Amino acid sequence: MTPVAISLEVNGERVDAHVLPRLNLADFLREHLKLTGTHVGCEHGVCGACTVRVNGEIVRSCLILAVQAQEGSVETIEGLSDSGEIADLQGAFRDRNALQCGFCTPGMLMAAQDLLTQSPAPDREQIREHLSGNYCRCTGYQAIVDAVETTARVRAGRAP
Amino acid sequence: MKASAFAYARPTSVANALELLAAHGDRAKVLSGGQSLMPAMNLRLISPEFIVDIGGLAELRGIVVKGDVLMIGALTRHVDVLKSPEIAARAPLLKDATSHVAHPAIRNRGTLGGSLAHADPASELPACMVALGATIVVCGPKGERRIPAREFFTGIYETALSPQELLVAVELPLAQKDSAHFFHEFARRHGDYAIVGLAAQSIVAGGQFNELRLGYFAVGDRPLLALAAGKLVNVAITPEILANASAVLGEELDPQEDQQATPAMRRHLAKVLLSRCVSTLLSRPDLRSGAPA
Repeated sequence: MTPVAISLEVNGERVDAHVLPRLNLADFLREHLKLTGTHVGCEHGVCGACTVRVNGEIVRSCLILAVQAQEGSVETIEGLSDSGEIADLQGAFRDRNALQCGFCTPGMLMAAQDLLTQSPAPDREQIREHLSGNYCRCTGYQAIVDAVETTARVRAGRAP
Repeated sequence: MKASAFAYARPTSVANALELLAAHGDRAKVLSGGQSLMPAMNLRLISPEFIVDIGGLAELRGIVVKGDVLMIGALTRHVDVLKSPEIAARAPLLKDATSHVAHPAIRNRGTLGGSLAHADPASELPACMVALGATIVVCGPKGERRIPAREFFTGIYETALSPQELLVAVELPLAQKDSAHFFHEFARRHGDYAIVGLAAQSIVAGGQFNELRLGYFAVGDRPLLALAAGKLVNVAITPEILANASAVLGEELDPQEDQQATPAMRRHLAKVLLSRCVSTLLSRPDLRSGAPA
């Protein structure tokens, strides 16, 4: 099987590479670009730990081939974190103890930020539904929902 | 796990995709959104030698009203279905059902055509196609074929598609005046595969069903258009008539056993869905059975 040339943008930087077709985007980010904030859990789209943004929309990077990201714009947790886009959400996760081991956290932050950009005042049920594709085995989810709810309130200019 | 190695091609047109399938069809798989295919490949349930990635074929996207049908391109993603005003107005059952398909990150990639070609018997969308009386449009070396949804699904992950054919679109009849629909599924968690689900399309007038199509899913090896619906059409429905229809439904179902449920539990839940569907569509709370959803 011959490598395929791909060209894409990752966190605002142009990336050109040669990859085997079987390589998924999560492994490309982690192994080739050393962006290890994107975690690999179940590798079949169930756990949500590998959630990244492609062309502005959240996707499972374990269910996309790197070659399918050709000409796309990929944003990982490193990008969102470094740009400060989710600094308040990350702060709320810390304040509310919304993470323990941290394995699910990058994917949770991705999914939560996706909800908050689409729906500025979600209720707890909407938060749960939007995060329903992201597993957390530590927190029991309550604190995560709290953190997302708090962030939504603060962003809307309401008291936490 | 990781997918095993394969060769990869990105056709530039439907004609080009069909050439590739003609050459490699038996050993190839078509990749659209990949949200069913990639898990199966990562789990090594399948190991195709050749992947035909049709994701770039813009001609397979889009939702348009053409005469008296709603035409939906195969590459239309679940998120596009959810956001489409045409689907909300003309095929609201499909919109309701799609909101139960997996999770946002999956719905941003997964496609209608991919889901139908995959033909998981627990999937919502094949049952909607059966309930709506959809036509599945496929292209192959001998040209176009138009297959009624009821004949398209032939078994677990099996369809009437040949390895050389490509599913290009679906056509749905437009919702008529007095159309009413019902969708509900029992699942352990929102977005999971259903234990049992029902997608129903009806025409209600004068407190009766003029037409009722019950598309059950996760109750057998393919979506089931329940014959029990015939017992409920053009008749003033009493609890006895509903009980009779429910008994008929129980007999025609052949549910499978898995980790989620026994056949008896599935049969029971299917009957609960029937009563909820009928009571909801006719606004008859007296016909409702089972605990609140």
